[in-house]
Amino acid sequence: MRRADTAEEAAFRAEVRSWLEANAPAWAGQAGPAVLDHSVEAERAQWKRAQEWQRTKYDGGWAAITWPREHGGRGGTPVQALIFAEEQARFGIPGSFIDAFLGMIGPALIRFGTDEQKARYLPPMLRGDELWCQLFSEPEAGSDLAAVRTRGRVEGDELVIDGQKVWTTSAQYADKGFIVCRTNPDVPKHAGITFALIDMHQPGIEVRPLVTVRGDRHFNEVFLSNVRTELSNVVNGIDRGWPVTTFVLMNEGAFIGTNDQGRTSAEDLVAEAAASGRLEDAVVRQRLGVACVRDRVLGLLRDRLKDALLDGRAPDVDGSVLKILSAEWGHDKAATAVWLQGASGLLAGGDAPQGGLWQDQLLSRGSTSVGGGTLEVHRNGLGERALGLPREPRFDRDVPFKALKISS
Amino acid sequence: MPRELADFNLDEERVAFRDTLRRFVEEALPMTAVRGVIDSGVAFERDVWTRACDELGLAGIAIDEADGGQGFGAKELAIALGELGRGLAPLPLLASAGLAARVVAAVLGRGKAGEWLGPVAAGEIATLAWLEAGGDWDPAATALEVEGQGAGVRLRGEKHFVLDAPQAERIFVVARAPGSHCDEGLGLFAVEREAAGLSIHAQEGLDPTRSLARVVFDGAPARPVGEAGAAGPGIRRGLEEASALLAAEMVGGFQQVLETAVAYAAERHQFSRPIGSFQAIKHKCADMLIGFEGARTASDAAIVAIDEDDPDRAELAMVAKAHVGPAYVRAAIENMQIHGGVGYTWEYDAHLYYRRAVSSGALLGDATFHQDALVRRIAARRASTTTGATPAQGGRR
Repeated sequence: MRRADTAEEAAFRAEVRSWLEANAPAWAGQAGPAVLDHSVEAERAQWKRAQEWQRTKYDGGWAAITWPREHGGRGGTPVQALIFAEEQARFGIPGSFIDAFLGMIGPALIRFGTDEQKARYLPPMLRGDELWCQLFSEPEAGSDLAAVRTRGRVEGDELVIDGQKVWTTSAQYADKGFIVCRTNPDVPKHAGITFALIDMHQPGIEVRPLVTVRGDRHFNEVFLSNVRTELSNVVNGIDRGWPVTTFVLMNEGAFIGTNDQGRTSAEDLVAEAAASGRLEDAVVRQRLGVACVRDRVLGLLRDRLKDALLDGRAPDVDGSVLKILSAEWGHDKAATAVWLQGASGLLAGGDAPQGGLWQDQLLSRGSTSVGGGTLEVHRNGLGERALGLPREPRFDRDVPFKALKISS
Repeated sequence: MPRELADFNLDEERVAFRDTLRRFVEEALPMTAVRGVIDSGVAFERDVWTRACDELGLAGIAIDEADGGQGFGAKELAIALGELGRGLAPLPLLASAGLAARVVAAVLGRGKAGEWLGPVAAGEIATLAWLEAGGDWDPAATALEVEGQGAGVRLRGEKHFVLDAPQAERIFVVARAPGSHCDEGLGLFAVEREAAGLSIHAQEGLDPTRSLARVVFDGAPARPVGEAGAAGPGIRRGLEEASALLAAEMVGGFQQVLETAVAYAAERHQFSRPIGSFQAIKHKCADMLIGFEGARTASDAAIVAIDEDDPDRAELAMVAKAHVGPAYVRAAIENMQIHGGVGYTWEYDAHLYYRRAVSSGALLGDATFHQDALVRRIAARRASTTTGATPAQGGRR
């Protein structure tokens, strides 16, 4: 179970808290309903808010707690980052996608980037001045990301990129992107991939929003035609992008697995059902009982991960366990909540109870069951990594990329 | 090669204790011996129990030193139960130390129960008779009434589903004051093995490694344990602790099932491949692991809460019992399925774990029972936080 803070951690927590008391934005604590507004205006406003909050954190020295001081971070520990996140959540300030790319491309540049790349890109990233997007997935490269077909070719001192990306979160708001492309189709697929940084404000880039089942437009298709970036923006060298890519994916998995918005608890449903008299119904108690038990188990599992972090040891429970349970149980809980609404469960949006919060969660299953790796890929990982079961036979390891069979 | 599961929340001393127990069970009660017990129809091997008590001090491990025990916590008892569960060892540890002793200690108060718990710690077998023919898990449903008052009461009626009764030296019986209802009037009474008017009739169990019996009292003399008629809260608390301990026992069997299934999936070949390389099998194993991690996390939290006297302990026990049972059952089914045809044979042990999982999932309240209790408790807690009243006691209103 979750242990208490040490004296040092408690002091740090108090410092965070007093800083938040002095600096929390006016909108703190009112984030709820705005999340459900999927209009472009609302999303722009959210980005603006997130950027302003990032700037405030930067000025206070909290922009990136675990980054080394030489790169503009606080030089703190993962425990301190966890404490800050907890306190920020207590103030009703949700995390934003800025936290995501700070956690993904930031550490990758610190680990693999040149001094020039770090000096150019890290400071504006920390200030929230430049927004980033991840150009990884393609129509034919989803779970099998190393099958990317977007071509990159070297022309003089530039890398020229042509192709298509998809599922690119917030590409329409991004200033910069990090992209993987195929620079050598004559070698096995993992060996011919290049990782590069590009400017999103250039003529060859066309961004088309994808509307998801819940009606938001976070994702995009990105078409790239004669897109150019200087070779000095290639990370880890031409054809050597795959280690950088897996490093980023590892950080993405960590972000998605632990990022629980926690805005909808089963206990709240019990309180509501009790107030409306529905708790007299044994079937209602049954379904809510399942949801309550799962909420508690998931909370205990999260504590286990956090405890490992607090003690500075490797987690003794695989992150994929939490990822899978969060996605599946989160959806089941939403289904129970909508069922509990009876006929009102037919409604959505502003006409539905609580502004359609549960309906929105019901429909957002794909964001956790596909985003950050499909549940099936995570189950493979559990079987192979955690249990040591043999891998599927593979046909694509030692074959040149151009000889591989790819759909369409 | 399949990977070993990392230990969870065990310090070095407890790992050593666990390993000692595992060796003991493997040596004293290997599966061949368990099969022998099943075939003979005897509940368990008395001499193995005596060794477990003499060499390892198992019976009194979690009984207070002031009551004659070793004074370790629920955590140590949970580790021991887990190892017995792992080997399906037919020993009366759950009945005696996990159920009867916990209820007696909760009724009398720890350190004040030496008269009854001293013998239990020394290896005398005790059990608890609280269920009746109707099978309601809630002690409030107790119908058996005591005859007479004071030290010389008698019992007339039946108790069902009593664990390890044929070899018990003493049976603690839940009965009520005449005319009382619900938790009011509940009392705990001790009946000796040799008491006149006591007869024990073994029942055939779905799980042949767990002894169940119908106990008939025909004016059997009984001694009150604590104040007759006021034992309700203690009985509830003892049953709550027993639920958490049973969850821990199930986690031990669960781990064995998971490890067996994964080892078989890695070794068994079809279509020139280990079957564990097929996603259909790999994903079953992954789901077993997911279930196992949730189960051992919930069970451990409930056990730690007992030792820390956490105000959340009742809810955590409900969560553990509600969650572990169905997850263990599911894993036991998949273990049989992964074994294919041989998994359906009497000879393979897979069905014994399935029987244990189903049986233990129900014992002391199945998932729906505890889910229901949890929801009622949460509703009461939430209502009291909004009105500022004190939280209500557990159990049915």
